[in-house]
Amino acid sequence: MAGASTKDVLMDFDEALERFEPVLGFEVHVELSTATKMFSAAPNPAAPGADSTVPNSFVAPVDMGLPGALPLVNAEAVRYSISLGLALGCSIAPSSRFARKNYFYPDLGKNYQISQYDEPIAFEGSVEVELEDGTTWVVPIERAHMEEDAGKLTHVGGATGRIQGADHSLVDYNRAGVPLVEIVTKPIFGAEHRAPEIGKAYVATIRDIVRSLGISEARMERGNLRCDANVSLRPRGQERLGTRTETKNVNSLRSVERAVRYEIQRQAAILAAGGTIIQETRHWHEDTGTTSAGRPKSDADDYRYFPEPDLLPVEPSFALIEELRAALPESPVAFRKRLQADYGFTDAEFRDIVNAGVLAELEETVAKGAAPAQARKWWLGEILRIANARGVDAGTLVSPLHVSELIALVENGDLTDRLARQVLEGVIAGEGSPEAVVAARGLKVVSDDSALIAAIDTALASQPDVLQKIKDGKVQAAGAVIGAVMKAMRGQADAARVRELVLERAQS
Amino acid sequence: MTDLIRWTAAELAERLGAGDVSSVEATRAHLDRIAEVEPDVHAFLHVAGEAALTRAAEIDRLRAAGEAPSPLAGVPVAIKDVLCTSDMPSTAASRILEGWIPPYDATPVARLRAAGLVPLGKTNMDEFAMGSSTEYSAYGPTHNPWDLSRIPGGSGGGSAAAVSAFEAPVALGSDTGGSIRQPAAVTGSVGVKPTYGGVSRYGAIALASSLDQVGPVSRTVLDAGLIHDVIGGYDPNDATSLQQAWPSMAEAARRGAAEGSLAGVRVGVVKELNGDGFQEGVRSRFAESLERMAAAGAEIVEVAAPHFEYAISAYYLILPAEASSNLAKYDAVRFGLRVDPGRSTTEQVMALSRERGFGPEVKRRVILGTYALSAGYYDAYYGSAQQVRTLVQRDFAAAFEQADVLVSPSTPTTAFRFGEKVDDPLAMYLNDVTTIPANLAGVPGMSLPIGLAPEDGLPVGLQIMAPVREDARLYRVGATLEALLEAEWGAPLLSRAPELGRPVPVPGFGTEPDGGTR
Repeated sequence: MAGASTKDVLMDFDEALERFEPVLGFEVHVELSTATKMFSAAPNPAAPGADSTVPNSFVAPVDMGLPGALPLVNAEAVRYSISLGLALGCSIAPSSRFARKNYFYPDLGKNYQISQYDEPIAFEGSVEVELEDGTTWVVPIERAHMEEDAGKLTHVGGATGRIQGADHSLVDYNRAGVPLVEIVTKPIFGAEHRAPEIGKAYVATIRDIVRSLGISEARMERGNLRCDANVSLRPRGQERLGTRTETKNVNSLRSVERAVRYEIQRQAAILAAGGTIIQETRHWHEDTGTTSAGRPKSDADDYRYFPEPDLLPVEPSFALIEELRAALPESPVAFRKRLQADYGFTDAEFRDIVNAGVLAELEETVAKGAAPAQARKWWLGEILRIANARGVDAGTLVSPLHVSELIALVENGDLTDRLARQVLEGVIAGEGSPEAVVAARGLKVVSDDSALIAAIDTALASQPDVLQKIKDGKVQAAGAVIGAVMKAMRGQADAARVRELVLERAQS
Repeated sequence: MTDLIRWTAAELAERLGAGDVSSVEATRAHLDRIAEVEPDVHAFLHVAGEAALTRAAEIDRLRAAGEAPSPLAGVPVAIKDVLCTSDMPSTAASRILEGWIPPYDATPVARLRAAGLVPLGKTNMDEFAMGSSTEYSAYGPTHNPWDLSRIPGGSGGGSAAAVSAFEAPVALGSDTGGSIRQPAAVTGSVGVKPTYGGVSRYGAIALASSLDQVGPVSRTVLDAGLIHDVIGGYDPNDATSLQQAWPSMAEAARRGAAEGSLAGVRVGVVKELNGDGFQEGVRSRFAESLERMAAAGAEIVEVAAPHFEYAISAYYLILPAEASSNLAKYDAVRFGLRVDPGRSTTEQVMALSRERGFGPEVKRRVILGTYALSAGYYDAYYGSAQQVRTLVQRDFAAAFEQADVLVSPSTPTTAFRFGEKVDDPLAMYLNDVTTIPANLAGVPGMSLPIGLAPEDGLPVGLQIMAPVREDARLYRVGATLEALLEAEWGAPLLSRAPELGRPVPVPGFGTEPDGGTR
């Protein structure tokens, strides 16, 4: 197996696009956040708040592949899958079937995965995605099918945590049986230079859809949403599709963009040099921004699919499908258009919010009572700054409810912006709600004028030269006194009010 | 007390209820019998003597307090080793599961326990229920109590031999292509494969999921019905379990025996399941049974099932295909036999463990099934087999338009000798020709004894089949015929079986090492 160290020759992106047409395809796996697993009553580690850090603690006999155990279909997972299918514009099959995908690998207790093969629950749809310049692109969806996730292997004793050279491997079946929906696109033609961007926007849209449906935690960094990117190139004018590679587990939006770009450049260099592309899976390396060869993959991979005899076909009633259709939230694109109008944001302002990935948080903050402009200021300002510094999603730091409470405290004059930033710090540090942090840290604005006046008179008395300058009309000299007062008040005063009072006292 | 082991479950239940006998006495008598005859018969892979006596004592206390959990409480029962038991090894007679104790009971076992039946132990079988003779058990074959040099049938030869050797009044079996009915036929006992979905498969170690069905093994039709009533009915843990209310099978059996008449019953004789290749004595006993039924008022009609001749071929594609997938879990990673020579890869450990852990028939079927499901062959093999399955179902549907029940000999021959077919898999497979169609169609089937073949003095069985969900018809018709035949014989057929065993010097609880001098 080729290691990550193999240096790939890359062609300049523009040149690659000049000579070849990229064709894309995506397989996105979504972990559903149901309370229990797809086929067992074991708790689901992908459910909100689940802590599955102890290996093999979220398992039932079915997940371990114990003899005699039988799978049962999680009805909630079926409803989630139907909702997702509908949100992707798909038709819902009145009858779909599970199938066994057979292959030996220790991360599957049964040595087969229960999936759907020729009869998926949802098929033939499309998703409208918004690109950074505000234009939209339609991604055709081939199918969305239900399946179970596999467990995790840890290779021990090797140098790199890889299986090569490992002494032994540990298996954790907590993830085995987590409900998944796999969304498969049709080939995406005509993306051209925007191929990387379309990839990123597509995955972002899927994330937005599953979040709006409330069917997945949708945290890419936790593997709730996983993307495999298929890329092939064909010379300009050629009808036949080129050989594709499948880059696995590209697990951030930025990486989707980078991986697509990388594969286009890598494949173009090989093809231009007269080489051939090997049909294979490739691993994405976040650190180096490169892909490396995985296992060869061919369409002839023989998984010996056959209908799962332990389960009956899934036959949702027409009434259920229509009930779920009626309950669908707006599409992300429609939702955004409405929000932008409601909030009165410019196109540029709104795009910043979307691109920062805090739209959902902002919307919830407004729903809790904050003014849209204030919500935008906090989410795109201080919160995003801290998130970037820590390399995490802004939404993971603080809840929209707490942000709205913080904004209210500023609006009421209880906090200055500066104090509010300290309160935010406390909230992020887990000290509780903004009110609690204010109380614990004693951060309330001093609004008692007599306390301020006392401090101002002391400051003016100790700086007679400054006092004289103010009396002479050099109002800007007041800054030094204001600074001293604010310092004396340990920042817990409204600077504007202090300034007013300083001028007043100086003239008296 | 020696009579005690000859009582049927119904009789025993009655006497337990009346206080004539305690469950401890009944259990001890059966454990003594096990100790006495096991050296010859080898029906059991595991005998839980102490646990059985403890449970029996508990049942006796409950009964004394007026809290017996069911009328059958205190009746001993044997359990085929294919069923998971949380307190006994569950190996499906395979080396690969040697010593494995599951963390749960199979639903039918749990229901037996809840009703107060007392598990005596686990019975022998062909490995993973693949076989018709128990010769493929990894732990040695079971011997037919009628003739120890002959096979007891399979895969459930252990359960059938246990009840016909009076080691247990009743037992559980599983039937994928005849594994309850064929052993019943060759041991002179009764076995029922219920409608697919009628009894939960939860906790039954899977052979072929779309064919497997758990059912009762007994000496009388009524006893089978009593057990069927306990183990049957909807189980939310099995997605293929039927959600419906079932009539009492025991009630149907009692009615059938009491009525003594088959007036108005249309009995269809399946033309394709008789004739060439069937042993002379089997055919003659079968013909006599038809005459008996006709004399009792039944209308005998001949029905055609033109696609039954393809059933074996279809079955031996569907079964191995499903089995190849069901048996993939035996990989040494989480449980079971692990052969690790050291410094080896996961794949090598998996391959070596499966190589050592599986016997020849299991390997043969796993390879067959893997091949049948392979890309490029799927349509020709698995796909066509499923089409045949549909045709067999249509044959049944058409036949049941003309008949209320269908009948055939349960097996083409009486019990064959050890070694006779073990080297000829096809001949072994053909032994299932009569029983397989019911599994392919999901319809219920029963085998009950109809006499001995004159040429070898061995039991012959009659198979009755009914439409899906109409299991009660089997019991009704079966019990009537059974009553007529016993009236004629003057005693149950099994009373004519040869005496087994030798006196045991010390009363045992079934835990003594084998002391046979065979």
